[in-house]
Amino acid sequence: MMMRRTSAAVVLSVLPIFAARAQLGSFNPPPGPQGTFVIRGGHIVTVSGADIPNGSVVISGGKITAVGANVQAPPSAQVIDASGLMVYPGMIETGSSVGLSEIGQGVVATVDIQEVGSFNPNAQAFYGIDPHSAHVGVARVVGITTVVSRPTGGIMSGQATLINLAGDTPPKMAVVPRVALVIELPRSGFGGRGFARAIAQQGNPADANRTRQLQMDSLRSMLRDADAYGKAQAAYAKDKTLPRPAHDVVLESMLPALSGQMPVIFPADRVNDIRDAVTFAEEMHLKPIIMGGQEAPAIAPFLKQHNVPVVVTAVMHLPSREDDPYDVNYTIPAKLAAAGVTFAISTGDRGSEIRTLPYNAGMAAANGLSKTDALKSVTLWPAQIFGVGDKMGSIEVGKMANVVVTTGDILEAKTDTKYLFIDGRLVPLDTKHTQLNAMFKDRP
Amino acid sequence: MKRFLIAALTVGAAAASAQQPAATTKVGPTLIKNATILTVTKGKLENADILLMNGKIAQIGKNLSAPAGAQVIDATGKYVMPGIIDPHSHTMIDAVNEGSLSVTSMVRIHDVLNPTDVNIYRQLAGGVTSINVLHGSANTIGGQNAVVKLKWGRPVEDMIFKAAPPGIKFALGENVTRKNSQTAAQAQGLPLRYPATRMGQEEVLRDAFTRARDYKATWDDYNARVAKGEKGLVPPEHDLELDPLVEVLEGKRFVHAHSYRADEMLMLLNVAKEFGFTVKTLQHGLEGYKIASEIAQAGTGLSTFADEWSYKVEAYDAIPYNVAILMRHGVVATVNSDSDERARRLNIDAAKMMRYGGLTEDEALKTITYNGAVQLGVQDHVGSLEVGKDADVVIWSGDPLSVYSSAETTFIDGEIFFDKKKDLAMRDQMAKERAALEAADRGRRTTPVIP
Repeated sequence: MMMRRTSAAVVLSVLPIFAARAQLGSFNPPPGPQGTFVIRGGHIVTVSGADIPNGSVVISGGKITAVGANVQAPPSAQVIDASGLMVYPGMIETGSSVGLSEIGQGVVATVDIQEVGSFNPNAQAFYGIDPHSAHVGVARVVGITTVVSRPTGGIMSGQATLINLAGDTPPKMAVVPRVALVIELPRSGFGGRGFARAIAQQGNPADANRTRQLQMDSLRSMLRDADAYGKAQAAYAKDKTLPRPAHDVVLESMLPALSGQMPVIFPADRVNDIRDAVTFAEEMHLKPIIMGGQEAPAIAPFLKQHNVPVVVTAVMHLPSREDDPYDVNYTIPAKLAAAGVTFAISTGDRGSEIRTLPYNAGMAAANGLSKTDALKSVTLWPAQIFGVGDKMGSIEVGKMANVVVTTGDILEAKTDTKYLFIDGRLVPLDTKHTQLNAMFKDRP
Repeated sequence: MKRFLIAALTVGAAAASAQQPAATTKVGPTLIKNATILTVTKGKLENADILLMNGKIAQIGKNLSAPAGAQVIDATGKYVMPGIIDPHSHTMIDAVNEGSLSVTSMVRIHDVLNPTDVNIYRQLAGGVTSINVLHGSANTIGGQNAVVKLKWGRPVEDMIFKAAPPGIKFALGENVTRKNSQTAAQAQGLPLRYPATRMGQEEVLRDAFTRARDYKATWDDYNARVAKGEKGLVPPEHDLELDPLVEVLEGKRFVHAHSYRADEMLMLLNVAKEFGFTVKTLQHGLEGYKIASEIAQAGTGLSTFADEWSYKVEAYDAIPYNVAILMRHGVVATVNSDSDERARRLNIDAAKMMRYGGLTEDEALKTITYNGAVQLGVQDHVGSLEVGKDADVVIWSGDPLSVYSSAETTFIDGEIFFDKKKDLAMRDQMAKERAALEAADRGRRTTPVIP
């Protein structure tokens, strides 16, 4: 009775502090300041190098400033006792739409994931992120510190953003506000929803194929227009006597992708779709990332030859054919690793279930992938695929201090998080779920 | 309409019985040696043996000797646990919902079970041996369930868990009100079905059980008069809709009620109390933790997701601490899949319950084994490793509560229905067979060309 009153009082006193309005309430407590910390005596899993069984990590000004068995910490450093605990870099989920969709079914106003029309290269996920989404807090307390969140649908869905899961505004969360363009290539084979619908609407596969050709033509001309626009702007910048080309924000938005600075996410699961995406990307001089990759093992030599990375979202998917081996998707990562294809593992979930990311990697490890590769596939490799491998994904001096201190192996479901640092800030482990737990667990 | 339905049921029953094999297969004994045995109800035994004989667990202990003709499996470094029980499944069914009426207690899942559903095999590979196959959640009172043992390759009648008492699916909340599908239904010119609110759901239950009570009284009266020796009485008409509800009133049929919000669960518990029956389980029950005491007091169990939430508004307050809070209040709680996909990895879902709410290893294992057996009324047969129980046993490569472990051999009634080594060994042969079939099918290229 007493306990219940206490916990309820705690919750009530905590809630109003975070009551900046969000769509369905604000549940994510803000992180602390970028202080100086020393995490002492933990088993450090650096990911990039060997484990340090009994070491320290020093964090200062948002960065990791020292790592090792014997490191000096400034006397002012706040000490985090990690004895008996494990220290990991934060995990990175690159297949999500976190912050764009809160309640997928029946509450349409909370779903801002797809723009109107087929071509929206300038729809930026960054501007749709709700920092107060309850999914943010729930995901980070399992050790996911960073996500790629992307718009979906249409043909050019928009631009994905790479954000940390801490901060009460999108700019405070952002690591790379515009991290990748998303192109959902019209599908070429049967079994695809879009294609099946096209056939249903148009009566026969030939007409549906024609529609696909028209869509591909539109996509090509969009990109060629953007390319021409870029060249015209560059020429004008050099020579002001030329006629000044009109500015166009839509064409402008594609330039980083065309120059190869910004990768392009191509959702594709089937062999034909994966090959089409890679071929198309090369034709248009784009840098592809395959998202999905269910049948990637069947085309692995091609992916390796073209140096195309895959974000595997299908580890936990049911096999798509009745006669597939029961473990056909559990073993995707092991097969890609054996073939030398660069990959990351993702849940492919919009937001609420991304917290199962470690178990996706664990399932891959139970089915042929080494444990160290499983960990890399949710830390360093996704960072490298999205161009932030120098900033995060491992415990190394100079990297952003996204660090998780756990009770055990971070990929195990029973493991709990004890401390969480994002961008060098200590993040409270309070979530919508712990708040409700505290409110009701001792209710008589 | 009703006559047509009866005819359909009769045909279904005839077809099912025709599938019955002439004799059941005789299974020899199996001795699994040197394993870590997770009995679930009687602790963990290191370096121990378990003997399966005549479909039952014959012995558990150290240094057991193999009876003549026994298959001996060395399980050094491996774990043995009872087969997983999934209390909420829609595997094997060719139809999920008979949603045209709000009370469809007359329909039976048994009639639409498909024993060739490949998901049976996929779940065996996840260590699952028994599932509770439920009607969908389209209507307040849905169809009759079927508890099934996953005997892959056998006819349906061999798979039915005969010791399991009958049950029925109820459903409350958003799926019943069809708030998420109304617009689509209206666009197609379909009429909205009553009830469209939680108010209507209470009324549908009250109406159905009031009718069932009257119907029961009519039969009780008739039976009493027959017992007294009265002659020439005309028996009351049978009612396939009300017969199962009478069984609910008599405590002979378990109610498994799909429900999300605490208020709707409480409503059902109160209606049940008024009509004198106990709800066996709340299914999903995502907000069960808000009324844990009331659920415990009603003697009702709850079967939920480990950590699914936020997919619709009535799931927005779901928390993964649900199971722990319920267990601490004395509720028999389980983790279920409700999904062909999740059913394959319920061991990981159980392990999450250690993280969220601090369940012990045994408590976590109970959420996918023993507690499920209790919820389905088969705890004397399955759910733990105890001498005399059915030999529904799984050998795991390591601790089943670890993500790095996988099921290697799955026994049901002492017989192997999944064996990972055999599965792997057969793959080349299957691939050849497939290639041959494809080659025979000239003019059709089914394998994509790999560049």
